[in-house]
Amino acid sequence: MELTAATTVRKPATEVYAFWRDLENLATFMTHLEQVRVTGERTSHWVAGAPFGEDVEWDAEIVDEVPGGRIAWRSIGNADVPNAGTVRFVPAPDGVSTEVHVVLVYDIPGGAVGKAVAKYFGEEPHQQLDDDLRRFKQVLETGEVVRSDGAPWGKRARKEFPQRPAQPLSDAELAKGAEP
Amino acid sequence: MRANTWAGRNKVEVRDVPDPKILNKRDAIVRITSTAICGSDLHLLDGYVPTMQDGDVMGHEFMGEVIEVGPGVAADTLRVGDRVVVPFPIACGACAACAAELYSCCENSNPNAGIAEKMFGHPVAGIYGYSHLTGGFAGGQAQYARVPFADVNPLKIESDLADEQVLFLSDILPTGYMGAEMCDIQPSDVVAVWGAGPVGQFAMDSARVLGAAKVIAVDKEPYRLRMAEQAGHIPVNFDEVDVRSRLLELTGGRGPDKCIDAVGMEATHGSAHIAAYDRIKQAVRAETERPHALRQAIMSCRSGGVVSVIGVYGGLLDKFPAGAWMNRSLTLRTGQCHVQRYMGPLLQRIERGEIDPTRIITHWLPLAAAPHGYDIFKNKEDNCEKIVLKP
Repeated sequence: MELTAATTVRKPATEVYAFWRDLENLATFMTHLEQVRVTGERTSHWVAGAPFGEDVEWDAEIVDEVPGGRIAWRSIGNADVPNAGTVRFVPAPDGVSTEVHVVLVYDIPGGAVGKAVAKYFGEEPHQQLDDDLRRFKQVLETGEVVRSDGAPWGKRARKEFPQRPAQPLSDAELAKGAEP
Repeated sequence: MRANTWAGRNKVEVRDVPDPKILNKRDAIVRITSTAICGSDLHLLDGYVPTMQDGDVMGHEFMGEVIEVGPGVAADTLRVGDRVVVPFPIACGACAACAAELYSCCENSNPNAGIAEKMFGHPVAGIYGYSHLTGGFAGGQAQYARVPFADVNPLKIESDLADEQVLFLSDILPTGYMGAEMCDIQPSDVVAVWGAGPVGQFAMDSARVLGAAKVIAVDKEPYRLRMAEQAGHIPVNFDEVDVRSRLLELTGGRGPDKCIDAVGMEATHGSAHIAAYDRIKQAVRAETERPHALRQAIMSCRSGGVVSVIGVYGGLLDKFPAGAWMNRSLTLRTGQCHVQRYMGPLLQRIERGEIDPTRIITHWLPLAAAPHGYDIFKNKEDNCEKIVLKP
């Protein structure tokens, strides 16, 4: 499965690139990622959350990189869900912003993990990546993922519709929501 | 705290809900001193705007005192104790839309942008108490509200102007003003405004302030037309006269140079069969709008004129007079108001006495009486024009 999406961030390409290149940042806005841990100059360890099936982890390496312009990576070893990705950073015509073009490729296996991944992406697989990039833009432009009373949990808000009512959260709800 | 909440179609209920808390670093919490019911709240009440949920706190026109700020709000922007009016569109201040002063199209403030995008093609800004399509933010018909991006949104009131003189800077005064501003008014212009509700009244006052030669009010409620007439505008009652003929008479056969639709999706029509056509289509959800005012504005406007739309539309409409629009070189301009753009300049106009926002207030009610307020406002009972609620 190949997913593509794009957004425009009102920051220079060097800054947008640098935020993405610090791969541990990816987990702050990509819904399915629990954690990305940098393990070497070009290698990292990725942990996907429950929607991808229990304990889906893999190692990845950066296979191509142009500072300020492009990052490409792919999973290595025996990944449960072999995957690869490319992100390009292109100066926008306004002279201020940066276009971010993302391509993700998943090699969806059979069995339980494959089913969990297919279920996760559902009928509109692009929506997940679109929403991920929206949060990426929020973090870079405003400093953090924007929360509302109806959708208070940032990146965990996906598919949260109908949502909780648009009224303030109780202390109990806040405490519960603070758990990862 | 107590808050007025949506409780299903045509029902609002004042309930106990938790007090708001800081969720993002740039949030503030405001203790509300005055809040109001807006005409667009009636579209939510009726269930014509999708994605409302039982328990949603209503209200997007409010002001009060800052009682808490998040760690991301710099002290030189906002402090505890500041008296503020809060603009209804939530804007981040950093995206391309905000940089272009298109605050109601902010690219970052709506956590439900994916839903809005499906309805509108591209997302729109978050709005307080205005469905989940615009973010699912709790509204301001309450004792307290959380205000996101508090370092860039609220307008500080540093003079001793009373609440009722500045409250409407949150929405309806800038909205009416933007309706007139989009008309690019020239000294020779006759401006006709459909809808003599609160926004229409302010569009009329703004058209005059911006130099229009003559301002006409089109409505059917005698008390609303009287209110417009007392402010110096010319009333046209569409229940009593043929609007197009009357407008031709008032403009020497030219038609109004500029027309403002301050009605939107739930218009009524003097002609019963046309009204029934749209009413039925809307009731069965085959069309979401009853666009009589917009159609009439387009048909009435002189060739080459501007039709400015500030009445709220939510979805799709039928029988749009595209032929009149195209063949007669009309310009259609519209938008949810970019309130932050107008708050400062309009505050100065209020201070200078050029606009008196208090002239439209007919009712003061405690927050507890909000359901009654919605009732009389919706049914135009007790000469209701504008209700201010006191939490």
